[in-house]
Amino acid sequence: MSKRIEDLTVTENHRLAEGFFVVKVSSSAGLPEILPGQFVQVLVTESPSTFLRRPISVHDVDYLSNTISLLIQVAGAGTERLSRLRHGETINLIYPLGNAFTLPAVGEKVLLAGGGCGMAPLLFLGRKIKESGIEPQFALGFRNRSRILEHEQFRDLGTVHLATEDGSEGHSGFITDIPAFRESKWDRVYCCGPEPMMKAVAALCLERDIFCEVSLENLMACGMGICLCCIVPTTSGNLCSCTDGPVFNIRDLKWQTSE
Amino acid sequence: MADLRIKIGSLELRNPVMLASGTCGYGAELEDLIDLSKLGAIVVKGTTLEPREGNPYPRMAETASGMLNAVGLQNKGIGYFEKHIYPTLAEYDTHVIVNVNGNTVEDYIELSRRIDRLASIPAIELNISCPNVKQGGMIFGTNPTSAREVIAAVRKAYSRTLIVKLSPNVTDITEFARISEEEGAEAVSLVNTLLGMAVDPKTMKPVLSTVTGGLSGPAIKPVALRMVWQTARAVKIPVIGLGGIMNGDDALEFIMAGATAVQIGTATFIEPRTALSAIVNMDSFLSERNYDSIINIIGIINRI
Repeated sequence: MSKRIEDLTVTENHRLAEGFFVVKVSSSAGLPEILPGQFVQVLVTESPSTFLRRPISVHDVDYLSNTISLLIQVAGAGTERLSRLRHGETINLIYPLGNAFTLPAVGEKVLLAGGGCGMAPLLFLGRKIKESGIEPQFALGFRNRSRILEHEQFRDLGTVHLATEDGSEGHSGFITDIPAFRESKWDRVYCCGPEPMMKAVAALCLERDIFCEVSLENLMACGMGICLCCIVPTTSGNLCSCTDGPVFNIRDLKWQTSE
Repeated sequence: MADLRIKIGSLELRNPVMLASGTCGYGAELEDLIDLSKLGAIVVKGTTLEPREGNPYPRMAETASGMLNAVGLQNKGIGYFEKHIYPTLAEYDTHVIVNVNGNTVEDYIELSRRIDRLASIPAIELNISCPNVKQGGMIFGTNPTSAREVIAAVRKAYSRTLIVKLSPNVTDITEFARISEEEGAEAVSLVNTLLGMAVDPKTMKPVLSTVTGGLSGPAIKPVALRMVWQTARAVKIPVIGLGGIMNGDDALEFIMAGATAVQIGTATFIEPRTALSAIVNMDSFLSERNYDSIINIIGIINRI
């Protein structure tokens, strides 16, 4: 699948919660096919301390308006600059990059589990799954009520189960504590979130022999499989999370058994 | 159109701009974004006899105007290269140069011999400057006796154009350039990365799994430029300059300081079109100043 380098125009930037923003960018050339799980490499301008591009996963795609949504969590100077993008500004992207989630087969029961910024690829994945005739369910985890991100769009696609670590909203604890997660018989679980969350989900899925894919967020320089900096140890050796991933089946990852 | 052609030994390049090893994969990774046939050459990934997994994650740290890497020559080995990668490279309409690495002199000899048999590879870049491996690499490139030994041995084993990639982590880089020239290298390329490190105060640990790594990017450009200038005055063979070139003017600086050719490295990660824009910039600069050829401005700072 071919990638391109292109200047896109910012059409919207709205704040979801403290430190979280959704930036929409539109392509005048028309978007290429983008698959759920893929990401873009954003060139950050006007931020002297930011040297490299920032990998951001595709949150949603709207082919009618040729618009990509990016969910941005402010983590440093680069993402702070991206959170201040204004309507009409152009940003340069290299995209689409990376592999994709494997879509479920007809009739399968699927759970999309994530937390914080890891929710990003699950919206677009949920939309694709819904389009294929399956109603996905979501398990979303947050630290507390004030950290909950807007998830109306997720509710439009399927049932949303919420968990907060302090119990201030939804189930108390981690997403793996949600009764629906533990009690239902899932055919597939897709997960993206902080590493401890993904490891807990992976452990549960392995124990129950559930197909599970996770999307990793390793530190990257190029995003194109050139620099070999974002490697992840797998059963087939060190692979690039940018080109061989970011989506991996948990059975191929070496971390599943170590913790 | 100004004449951008230059020669590295017997090898003629259509222009002086190459992609540096380790920053362009095997070319294919960039084909969607840039036309490789516009480039003088590409120097593909550091290759070793045996497959290597490289160093553990994390291998990269972003720094002020640069980055540290500690990849450690991850590659699939020469056997895989010959069978699966070489056939695709042979199709490219640009010179493909292979960066060669080893733990021992014998490794370098064996690898050079095998690459000598690959008709579409006109040159090797002998890497005696990788800072991220426990054996070989920079150990050869920072000791004059070992440098001489490995260069002489590879010269005997390899019949085509031999470029030696030098380490900046030495007191006097011109000493190593002179050794390369004396032992029959057709060119030297410099600089490889500068040894550096980063600490994360939050975790109170080094950022890289290997503690130290190689610094690249515009942070090292003034150092690289100075070394290129010194080296170009010390040897007669062509100097290929690299180290933090981010745009066309940076590339011109290296040429004017004495480099016959340049390599674009880390800049490709951020703007893959940097090498192409450097070529366009060279052409328009020469035309504006009424120079016929790029040769006219090589080392020009020493003349005016």
